[in-house]
Amino acid sequence: MATPAIEIEHLSKEYPYGFLNLKKKKSLEDLSMRVESGEVFGFLGPNGAGKSTTIKLLMRLIFPDGGTARILGKSIDDVSMHRDIGYLPEQPYFYDYLTAAEVLDYFARFHGLTAADRQTRVQNMLKKVGLETAKKIQLRKYSKGMLQRVGLAQAILHDPQVVILDEPMSGLDPLGRREVRDIILELKKKGRTVLFSTHILSDAEMLCDRVGVIVGGKLRGVGAPAEMVGIKTQGIEISFEMSDGKSVPLLAKATRTGECYRVQLPEEELYGAIDQLKAAGARILSVAHIKPTLEEFFMNLVEADRAQANAVEVSGK
Amino acid sequence: MRNVRTVAANTFREAVRDRVLYNLVFFALLMMGAAILVGQISIGIEESVIVSLGLTAISVIGLFIAVFIGVGLVSKEMDKRTLYALLAKPVERWEFLLGKFCGLVMTLTVNTAAMAVGLYLALWTVKHTLEKSDAWVLVAVYLILLKLALIVALAMLFSCFTTPFLAILFTAGIYVAGVFAGDLRTMQAVDISAGAMTLMRGISYLLPNFENFTVMGAVAHGRGVPGALVGHATLYVVCYGAVVLAGAAAIFSRRNLK
Repeated sequence: MATPAIEIEHLSKEYPYGFLNLKKKKSLEDLSMRVESGEVFGFLGPNGAGKSTTIKLLMRLIFPDGGTARILGKSIDDVSMHRDIGYLPEQPYFYDYLTAAEVLDYFARFHGLTAADRQTRVQNMLKKVGLETAKKIQLRKYSKGMLQRVGLAQAILHDPQVVILDEPMSGLDPLGRREVRDIILELKKKGRTVLFSTHILSDAEMLCDRVGVIVGGKLRGVGAPAEMVGIKTQGIEISFEMSDGKSVPLLAKATRTGECYRVQLPEEELYGAIDQLKAAGARILSVAHIKPTLEEFFMNLVEADRAQANAVEVSGK
Repeated sequence: MRNVRTVAANTFREAVRDRVLYNLVFFALLMMGAAILVGQISIGIEESVIVSLGLTAISVIGLFIAVFIGVGLVSKEMDKRTLYALLAKPVERWEFLLGKFCGLVMTLTVNTAAMAVGLYLALWTVKHTLEKSDAWVLVAVYLILLKLALIVALAMLFSCFTTPFLAILFTAGIYVAGVFAGDLRTMQAVDISAGAMTLMRGISYLLPNFENFTVMGAVAHGRGVPGALVGHATLYVVCYGAVVLAGAAAIFSRRNLK
């Protein structure tokens, strides 16, 4: 069996808080998961769920209270492992007295690249992330989105095997988000492993081979987006237009937006509904399956977690 | 050592771009003013006044840079989170610390060397010549630089486990205590118990002894500095500094970033 790109076993982390840091809050509880080599893995969860904590633990920016993790088969304690890893921190910030080209050159030096290689890579990368024209401007004059692009560039500059991105779409405009999506897909095409955290579920659905959902510091599910939400359809939706004054029983269940009506029905009622609409002279615009989205799955988990937390709080009282 | 060199070079570049070396303008103005003024009001002691004033200014300006920038070397990187991307590279935390230390010592060396040149220019202005004995000023400047390097190491140690404000207070406190470390060792007091005296002596040996770095009085009067003192001070800073930096690295290696 191939070595997984990332292997996490029973990771736990508590943060001290309160007076003299005597109280502890569990940020991550017994997290175990694997990211296979060559896959794009989405790490989903609401704010404060433990996504960034997990990523920081993997990067040894913070230290676990329990558990272990390996990347490319090496313990995360082994600094040499970082040669094959690229990391984009959440809301990245870099030395603001440097230009984008200088900061990339600086980071490239730690990978032992030659001066000529560094220069070529830096130029190519600036072009790739759309900063070629701003490369001589100090980062203190950069917008949040531009810093995000610099962050992405430094993460993949050395062509790492595993790329870990913490909220890579954060602060980007639609064009920037699309460029990041393209970069992630390009990395996948090259066989690289990508782990990225996000709460933009449409991005996860579009890009990920598998996703892991974390809520309240606990992993609630791992699988392909379609598996996670269940592939069974939940009925059909018909959109139609109908002149005023005409009426069919179906209208009682329909909602109207402008001239357009929309109605959701069980699949077995489809043909009966079409007959009704034909008889009334309605114009059918579309008929589509209703599939549960990752967002619905996600929201259900979050709401269940909140309900459980409230129940514990009430029983505690 | 490549990583240490890279971090050190960047730290030096940061100091230059953040205009740390602008203090040299202040020093130049001070020396020019002093040279003009001393030439008018003092008879026969111009050299002594210029050397004392110059060495004091080099020491005080260096102290400010060593304490304030030294504390910020680590804490600023943690606060602004510039450290995150760096520690994700194949860089050991101790390499980062040592690189930061070397970078600031490099900055202080350039700064101190430039001020030493300014001091010699002021001397030349008042005396219209430079004598062989004036070379002792360089030794005094070297000892100041050693002292500053040790202060940078202490500032970094404190900034590894406490807030920048407290780190500045601790560093300044240790510096002041270190200046009087020699007095603590030889102090005789009748109303202190023998146990307390032993404890105080013990503490005085733990404190950095900054007494040996002050040769301003001798140099200002054209007297030389024993070679043994310079050798001892150098060895002392190397050993004490290594212990302090090792302590800082041990603490920082397990420090959770925000």
